[in-house]
Amino acid sequence: MSNIPEGLKYSKEHEWIRLEGNKATIGITDYAQDSLGDIVFVELPNIDDEFESDDVLGVVESVKAASDIYIPLSGKIVEINEELVDSPETINEDPYEKGWIVAIELSDTSQLADLLSKEDYEAFLEENA
Amino acid sequence: MADLQRTPLYNVHRELNAKMVEFGGWEMPVQYEGIIKEHKAVREKAGLFDVSHMGELLVEGSGALDALQKLVTNDLSKASIGRAMYTPMTKEDGGVIDDLLIYNLGLNKYLLVVNASNKDKDLKWIKDHLSGEVGVADKSHEYALLALQGPISQQVLQRLTSLDLKEVKFYRFAIGAVAGVPCLVSRTGYTGEDGFELYCHPEEAEKLWWSLLQEGSEDGVVAAGLGARDTLRIEACLPLYGQELNEDINPLMAGLGWTVKIDKGDFIGRKALMEIKVQGASHKLVGLKMVERGIPRTGYPVKVESQQIGWVTSGSFAPTMNANLALALVKPEFAEIGTEISIVIRGKAVKAEIVPKPFYKR
Repeated sequence: MSNIPEGLKYSKEHEWIRLEGNKATIGITDYAQDSLGDIVFVELPNIDDEFESDDVLGVVESVKAASDIYIPLSGKIVEINEELVDSPETINEDPYEKGWIVAIELSDTSQLADLLSKEDYEAFLEENA
Repeated sequence: MADLQRTPLYNVHRELNAKMVEFGGWEMPVQYEGIIKEHKAVREKAGLFDVSHMGELLVEGSGALDALQKLVTNDLSKASIGRAMYTPMTKEDGGVIDDLLIYNLGLNKYLLVVNASNKDKDLKWIKDHLSGEVGVADKSHEYALLALQGPISQQVLQRLTSLDLKEVKFYRFAIGAVAGVPCLVSRTGYTGEDGFELYCHPEEAEKLWWSLLQEGSEDGVVAAGLGARDTLRIEACLPLYGQELNEDINPLMAGLGWTVKIDKGDFIGRKALMEIKVQGASHKLVGLKMVERGIPRTGYPVKVESQQIGWVTSGSFAPTMNANLALALVKPEFAEIGTEISIVIRGKAVKAEIVPKPFYKR
């Protein structure tokens, strides 16, 4: 069973979102990293890049395949996790802490209502996985 | 996964919590504990693979050798009893129908091991083109195939058999019991390591699997899936049908000139391959190493300046070299070692260079 921590929001594209005021930190869930397998490459956006929700934010590649990461909320990139460039496996090892991918400044807080709670995401995984 | 075939070891894979994927119409284990871990185990110790999806065709009859010589490019007369030979089987234009391993079992019997996804096509092609006193039969359901690959393979396997494995040299086989299971034990593989492929009856496959894994586990033998098999064969630059080979790619493009024996007598594709040999192939299979960040994948275009000069046939992160490597078919004028090229990854040209093959040699 995948690890789904309390206190985070989730998306149906298997991202987690940690909210602090107007800032959201985003990564991929334990389920996502486990499905991908050994992650060997991460392509990150640049600071100040602006995205609409559901845009492709970046790419994670496992040994087998490349997968797009979709941004669940609109906003501007304020931080990127540069450690992932040299140590992409951090996402496998610690998806919810050291394996965070980007932090954004939200441009439309009304989108927060579309995110899933821990319980919603658990139910979503049970139905779809 | 509906309608997919399962190997006799399906329940073993479930028990080991393998991740299952579709491959060539079969539900196969892609990994158990992780591709990189399994890859490294094979390079350093040994890995046990289920490759029972491979097809086995038996060609038998007093005219078997002559008939097969007309179907394949390599010179099967050089494969005496007890030996295996790798060979492409080509169409009139030299395009590859399949690449196969042929065992000379003796008594005018040859066992052809073919790619799972090509088996039905191969069987029809062989039936349509066999001539003389010979027949072909699909025996795939009578064989399970396990591969034990890695430097300690012989040491582990020897503890389970009375066959003298040091006498079973590369590309030879012997018949005998392993852990009490009757097997054809072949010193072949698809990983670039020393190792063995074991053919046995499907009903005994589980017993053989667990015996090998239990015997080897203290020495570091692990179950390994198709994911590691792919990264291992890419490092060793062994071709995969559907990527480095297909009906539009001839053996001379794929660097398999050593398997095309023009002088052995007539065979399907001989005339075309002879002409290609004289004129030079349209593309050449090369090794590429990424200079900038990025992972090359099958189908990505290869460019020099703005001109497309070829395409990636297989690419991956290579765990042994800790580098991103690819095999690619490029126009011959760009095939020289050291040539700087770029690979188009998600619309962006990323720098790479042509490097010697194979990437890995034991």
